[in-house]
Amino acid sequence: MRRLALPLVAFAALIVVVMVFPAFVSDFRAQQFAYVAIYLVALIGLNVLTGYTGQISLGHGAFMAIGGYTTAILMADHGVKDIWTIPLAALVTGAAGFLFGIPALRLSGLYLALATFAIAVAMPAVLKRFEGFTGGGSGINLFGTPELTASLTPQSVLGFELSFNNWLYYLCWTVALVSYVAAWLLLRGRTGRALRAVRDSETAAQSSGVSLARYKTLAFAVSAAYAGVAGSLFAIATTFVNPDTFPIALSITLLVGVVVAGLGSLVGLIAGAVFVQFLPLWAQEISRSPGAPAVVYGVILILTMFVLPMGAAGLVGRMLAKLRR
Amino acid sequence: MSALLELHDVEARYGPVQALRGVSLEVPEGEIVAVLGANGAGKTTTLRAVSETVRRSGRIELGGKPLRGGPEAAAKAGVAHVPEGRGTFTELDVTENLRLGAYTRRGRRADADIERVAAWFPWIRERGTQRAGTLSGGEQQMLALARALMSRPRLLMLDEPSLGLAPLVVREIFRIVRELNAQEGLTVLVVEQDARIALDAASSAYVLEVGKVAVSGSAGELRENEAVRRSYLGY
Amino acid sequence: MGDFLQQVVSGLASGAIYASLALALVLIHRATGVINFAQGEMATFSTYVAWTLTTNHGWQYWPAFVVTLLLSFAGGVGVHQVAIRPNEKGSVLRVVIVTIGLLLLLNGLVTLIWSGEVRAVQSPFPTRTIDIGGVAFSIQDLGTIGVAFATVALLWLLFQYTKLGLAMRAAAVNPAEARLVGVRVTWMLSLGWGLAAVLGAIAGMLAAPSVFLDPNLMAAILIYAFAAAVLGGIDSPLGAVVGGLALGVGLNLIGAYVDFVGADLRLPVALLVILVVLVVKPSGIFGKREVRKV
Repeated sequence: MRRLALPLVAFAALIVVVMVFPAFVSDFRAQQFAYVAIYLVALIGLNVLTGYTGQISLGHGAFMAIGGYTTAILMADHGVKDIWTIPLAALVTGAAGFLFGIPALRLSGLYLALATFAIAVAMPAVLKRFEGFTGGGSGINLFGTPELTASLTPQSVLGFELSFNNWLYYLCWTVALVSYVAAWLLLRGRTGRALRAVRDSETAAQSSGVSLARYKTLAFAVSAAYAGVAGSLFAIATTFVNPDTFPIALSITLLVGVVVAGLGSLVGLIAGAVFVQFLPLWAQEISRSPGAPAVVYGVILILTMFVLPMGAAGLVGRMLAKLRR
Repeated sequence: MSALLELHDVEARYGPVQALRGVSLEVPEGEIVAVLGANGAGKTTTLRAVSETVRRSGRIELGGKPLRGGPEAAAKAGVAHVPEGRGTFTELDVTENLRLGAYTRRGRRADADIERVAAWFPWIRERGTQRAGTLSGGEQQMLALARALMSRPRLLMLDEPSLGLAPLVVREIFRIVRELNAQEGLTVLVVEQDARIALDAASSAYVLEVGKVAVSGSAGELRENEAVRRSYLGY
Repeated sequence: MGDFLQQVVSGLASGAIYASLALALVLIHRATGVINFAQGEMATFSTYVAWTLTTNHGWQYWPAFVVTLLLSFAGGVGVHQVAIRPNEKGSVLRVVIVTIGLLLLLNGLVTLIWSGEVRAVQSPFPTRTIDIGGVAFSIQDLGTIGVAFATVALLWLLFQYTKLGLAMRAAAVNPAEARLVGVRVTWMLSLGWGLAAVLGAIAGMLAAPSVFLDPNLMAAILIYAFAAAVLGGIDSPLGAVVGGLALGVGLNLIGAYVDFVGADLRLPVALLVILVVLVVKPSGIFGKREVRKV
């Protein structure tokens, strides 16, 4: 019981900070941090896959696209309210992840990376081609639709009047925190151990009775569902989707985020999400050129592999270990 | 007889596991020396220490000069190490395997050398383009020996040449090794599970136990010592 | 019939470009077990260097071509020694992430140095067509096929008939045993990276005249190269060449004759090839089944 005490207190403190934050910052900042929450959801999912089972995916941008488009289509063509599209997007994307997970079973390491890379690159072209469904190259515009909460008039929640950005912030962070807890519950105990066993040695896991097929596919489905939720929130946030909203760069960025966060630990993920959101802005301060963020991402990724193969979480872990002595 | 190879207090480890705990031995020039002992005693590790394919400390000298700089340097200095499992380049053909044996030698005499080596293993002449992985175990062992000879080594190190081979084939291989030693003065350090056949060929031997030299002496002494035979050599 | 032949030849030309880059990928994978995600960006960078030499410094095409190849070789060796080698002891995942980092770094660097403008690049070959047997073939296409063919032939000679080539092959398949015969395996791997960079540069320089020069020059071609390498067998150089040519011709023909696909879906078709091959026979046409030792 004592082991839970410190993390629970920390988590409670986090919730308080998150809830109170918008009162102290501008509307614009709140929006930026809403995006942090969105990336956090995606990273939590990707972490289940990459950190826990050791499978590399360069395709989670594509899963976000599925979630985003599901939400957009449901809202624009079927009049579903934005909030209700989120679990639907999760289901659809989770199913897609599950379907992909089945053939993906046969692929290991590099080949999986290659296959997911292929999917992420193909997605925009496929979205463009099936115009009737997806609105083709011009995408789907959600701005001003009544299904989008708070887009026309401020939303009233619990007696508070929320502007669009603030409402967005609270929506995203609520979803993020709930996702965090859900993942935590999933990963402790048997499932988490099984997933880690798959990462450390597939053959060993198999011979100790862990059904590889089940856990690898599960990991894919879960991480896809999370990406779908993130995509859904993304569509709501940007009020617009088109094939270029979720490019291959996004998939790579998510991988960078999960690597920097520290493969395998939930602790660094918030740091990773902050990194993903703010890095392009910091990079712009170093150089105005559009190429600057990519250079910075690349350098950081390479340096992280040299200096901190376990990412930020590894660093924190080592610091904590030193403190305990 | 001066020592071609000397090991002084050599230690070696695989990660946290210490495999050699201070081994000292000598291989006189022009002689065959055997390293014997049970599985896990450190025999293979001793050879690996010489070719520096394992982390080691202690002094190792070849012809009075210290051996350093990794396996490539050892090969250049004239050490031909035929590892456990023969080390055949299975995807390359027989001729290419032989050419690789001559890698450290400058000049383009490879074809002439292949002729020289084929004198010891006549079947090689006909099988030049055969993929080495399709050779039988005995043929691969002979190919490995031939490959080692291509570099005109000062020291030939053989790791368990009898492994997985039929007795008849093993006897043939040791016969060739003895002849190479007798006719060309080739110095040989051989690690063997089969103590009997090794002692027949060698002039002296070291018996390892748990990473240290337990018994050493001339082959004749060890052969005649029943106690040693029974407790260390299994016969 | 004439139309069909034209499509085939032009497909062979694109295929030759895919094959070159695929060969680069295979070289590196054979030697180090790594897929170099940055291969395309390295090629783009080389192509920009060639462009700078000819446009900003007024060099003639072929001297610039050769110098670019030399610089690319050095670059490939450098990348291996500095960025890859220190990470080789870790998991393959680590090295792959480094190559992704390189991809980002080089892509950004190209934009930083030369800006993202799309540029037209002059071709070394005349843009006319030549008449063979009553059918008009583009000299550009024939030239591309010729250059790629010559490159592959030279490489083949290197690997089959020289001591260095033999050492590189040995280092790729049995690094431990290669060390024992005195081969400096790490340097052989660096040479492999250098040669791969040269192949990439050739692919880039051949592609630029038709596809225009911009930072994303090689992005799509990298995907086609992946498809070709996977199709042919990711450890098989022959597979890379055959796969590349087959893919080039196949995509061209499908694009021309199958309406549903048209020009837009060529990329997804290639990706479908990747997925199908990986699921059905991961070792590709010329590859061997991988046995996992317990």
